[in-house]
Amino acid sequence: MSELHIRRQTLAATAALCAFVLLWPLAAWAHVESGQAGGFLSGLSHPVSGLDHVVAMIAVGLWGAQLGMPALWVLPVAFPMLMAAGGMLGLLGVPVPGVEIGIALSAVVLGALVLGRVRLPLAVAVVVVACFAIFHGHAHGTELEAGQNAMLYSIGFVIATGLLHGVGITIGLIQRWDLGGQVLRGAGALVMAAGLYFLWGATA
Amino acid sequence: MKRPGPVMSMAAGLTAMPVTAQAHLVNSGLGPFYDGALHLLLSPGDLLGVLALALLAGQRGTTAARAAVIVLPVAWLFAGLIGLSLPVALELTGLSIVSFTLLGVLVAADARLPPAVIAALAGAYGALHGLLNGAILAAMGSGVTRLAGIVLTSLLLVLLAAAAVVPLRAFWARISVRVAGSWVVAVGILMLGWMFRGTVSS
Repeated sequence: MSELHIRRQTLAATAALCAFVLLWPLAAWAHVESGQAGGFLSGLSHPVSGLDHVVAMIAVGLWGAQLGMPALWVLPVAFPMLMAAGGMLGLLGVPVPGVEIGIALSAVVLGALVLGRVRLPLAVAVVVVACFAIFHGHAHGTELEAGQNAMLYSIGFVIATGLLHGVGITIGLIQRWDLGGQVLRGAGALVMAAGLYFLWGATA
Repeated sequence: MKRPGPVMSMAAGLTAMPVTAQAHLVNSGLGPFYDGALHLLLSPGDLLGVLALALLAGQRGTTAARAAVIVLPVAWLFAGLIGLSLPVALELTGLSIVSFTLLGVLVAADARLPPAVIAALAGAYGALHGLLNGAILAAMGSGVTRLAGIVLTSLLLVLLAAAAVVPLRAFWARISVRVAGSWVVAVGILMLGWMFRGTVSS
């Protein structure tokens, strides 16, 4: 039996197990559990419900794609952890000044970096992304609705954010073509323009 | 005598932090064995740790994966049996969160640990959760059959997840595993924040 065949069988078994769990009827519980699925869906939908968060997350992926290896994977690995650190600061009640301005600036700066195809050293790129990640985590990571499951909210929030990075990286693949590289820089300009709009809203 | 540093003191404080007990049992309608199986599948905190451990073991190859697949359920079972004899339910939410967060860190870092260390981590994780599950089951008047359901599910999960990771050779696929590890860490950090705030409900 080939390795590919074994791998397919393993994936099929995993998919079957996931489907089994997802389709399991949850009518009977030992005690009333409420807000469980709501917590996950709330966390999953929260990052995509605000355009400021969406454009910044996608911009991280775009910039990572422009920078190439190893930033392509270091940034998406580092960002969720640093964003969670920002969320933890919020949960601990540690104030971060100018959060909304910081979020708007993240889109402006990341958009500008993509537009200018700026190649910073990896450590500097991580620091730039880390600063913005803390703002985003502080603002969005703590908005759990009453009665919902904190664990599932956190899982949904982190997955959605990670998937937005994936969208940015995937879009960034178009830079393989000459025209794609220009389109990517145009996308950076759009992100920057959106960030300026958010900045205007945050400071008005 | 060496005094404990701030990190150790903070870790001790986290693990000793009193929080509300969130023990719950699931009624599948199919009997205690399946109730136990569903209990693990519907406990996201426990699941994250098992999956992180499986990813870590899978990253390190066949030998490490085999060690984890064997040691985790065995430790879970024996610790669970000990837990069943405990007079009170344990509440170690902080330690549970720290444990899966550390496993996530190791996955994200693609830590090159030898199989013996992976086995030790699997044993520690299995023992911790076996003890917690056993004590909770005892407090709720449940028994070995339900524990067996939990243990078998942990075996299946770690087996399937590790088997999915071991053959991965493509660079992007191995990076995806590390990204998944970073997601586990992020969830763990947020959960520690929620725990400090007193909002944890796992």
